[in-house]
Amino acid sequence: MSPALSVSGLSHAFGERLALDNVNFTVQPGDFTVLLGLNGAGKSTLFALATHLYHNRSGAIEIFGFDIRKSPSQALRRMGVVFQQPTLDLDLSVEQNLRYHCALHGMAKSRAKARIDAELERLQLTERRRDKTRQLSGGLRRRVELARALLHEPDLLLLDEPTVGLDIASRAFLLDHVRTLCTERRLAVLWATHLIDEAGPESRLVVLHKGKVRADGPVPEVTAAVQADTLSAAFHKLTGDQP
Amino acid sequence: MSPAAYLRCGAGILTREALRFVNQRGRFISALVRPLVWLVIFASGFRFVLGVSIIPPYETYIPYQVYIAPGLIAMIQLFNGMQSSLSMVYDREMGNMRTLLISPLPRWYLLTCKLAAGALISIPLAYAFLGIAWFWEVEPPLWGYLAALPALLLSGIMLGALGLALSSLIRQLENFAGVMNFVIFPMFFASSALYPLWRVKEGGLPLYYVSQANPFTHAVELIRYALYLEVDWVSLAVVAGCSLLFLMLAILGYDPGRGMLARKGGGE
Repeated sequence: MSPALSVSGLSHAFGERLALDNVNFTVQPGDFTVLLGLNGAGKSTLFALATHLYHNRSGAIEIFGFDIRKSPSQALRRMGVVFQQPTLDLDLSVEQNLRYHCALHGMAKSRAKARIDAELERLQLTERRRDKTRQLSGGLRRRVELARALLHEPDLLLLDEPTVGLDIASRAFLLDHVRTLCTERRLAVLWATHLIDEAGPESRLVVLHKGKVRADGPVPEVTAAVQADTLSAAFHKLTGDQP
Repeated sequence: MSPAAYLRCGAGILTREALRFVNQRGRFISALVRPLVWLVIFASGFRFVLGVSIIPPYETYIPYQVYIAPGLIAMIQLFNGMQSSLSMVYDREMGNMRTLLISPLPRWYLLTCKLAAGALISIPLAYAFLGIAWFWEVEPPLWGYLAALPALLLSGIMLGALGLALSSLIRQLENFAGVMNFVIFPMFFASSALYPLWRVKEGGLPLYYVSQANPFTHAVELIRYALYLEVDWVSLAVVAGCSLLFLMLAILGYDPGRGMLARKGGGE
């Protein structure tokens, strides 16, 4: 079976600046994979390429075997995305934002309604469904974005720095929820972050630094490979960044 | 994707644009106030300065405000098209545009729907303006209001497509001021919106040729003739041709392999 996400030989440059340099890794169904890197590591470029915002210069990105360049429609329908920047329409209600997403995926009204009800319930947002998203806190807005990314029942979920600016409780809620989805629904997750503590011991890890993959594997293996006691120590060794 | 999925997606984009418009009342009011200021103040001040001879499609001498009304309707659509363009730039910065672009439907279809939604939104504005302008002696034949509808749709699409094409070239919000100075004002003033082209010709041939080549002139004339139950075939051809051209440029601009996003990294 094809991996949920396969990145092979991926390179991309903006003018002279090489943002990604021969990046290779895969994410399997049910994997919670943390893409760990400092700001400027190339995470957002990787997300832009994986979500078909623009084409990669070399290499390939496949979603369940569908090349994002050659079969963008097949690839995008299997993928849910939570972007780093806020992407909700603040003038619209929670429900209107969600309905818009269902329409963009061509979902029938009855299915859209059932899916919106289910995701709002699961993310404890039912009572806020008619509120303008402008009235929601940062944590709740993120939850709406997560609900939206899951509406069309994707098998791969990409999240780019989803917890930036959130308080501890909101961060924990999001992390727990997404980890549960991996276990219960075999959802494949790529969670990009610069926060080391978001990679739990059971996570798979891809360390990206200056556009290159410095480590790839389960967290215990990555720390053992560089003979570090903690993931934080391993990360600093891998990136040459001082703690 | 089935044809029904395409329809649902198009309806969703239109609904969203309409809801945004309804929720931004300030935008509706300012879109109306701008041309009304021109109609009520500018036209009153200039009505005796600029004599207007009998020119088609009018059958008699007309007051100046009657002459400039179609130009002001096109101005509403010009601003609306550019504001949609502003919203694209703003959206892209805010990330809303990315929500649209990760839809599994083809990008050309998404952009065309967004464009059609913008054009449709400009139509109630144009009729609201015409309703108020009636009290200032702008009284086209009743059937003219209906005949103007396809003209308004087409000119709305052309000006929206221009905005869309420009939005794919603008990376920063600050540059929209440049669009105002370099696109909106020259297009509006070097056109037949405020003065008939024969008057422009008397003033100087170069400006006359520029005005004739200006697609905005043809949008104005298309609306003017339609309001008086006639068709300006040259303007119709120019507006339809420019709509297609601008739309193709916009689709190229947002193409993941060719557009500005790919060269400069819009996702960063």
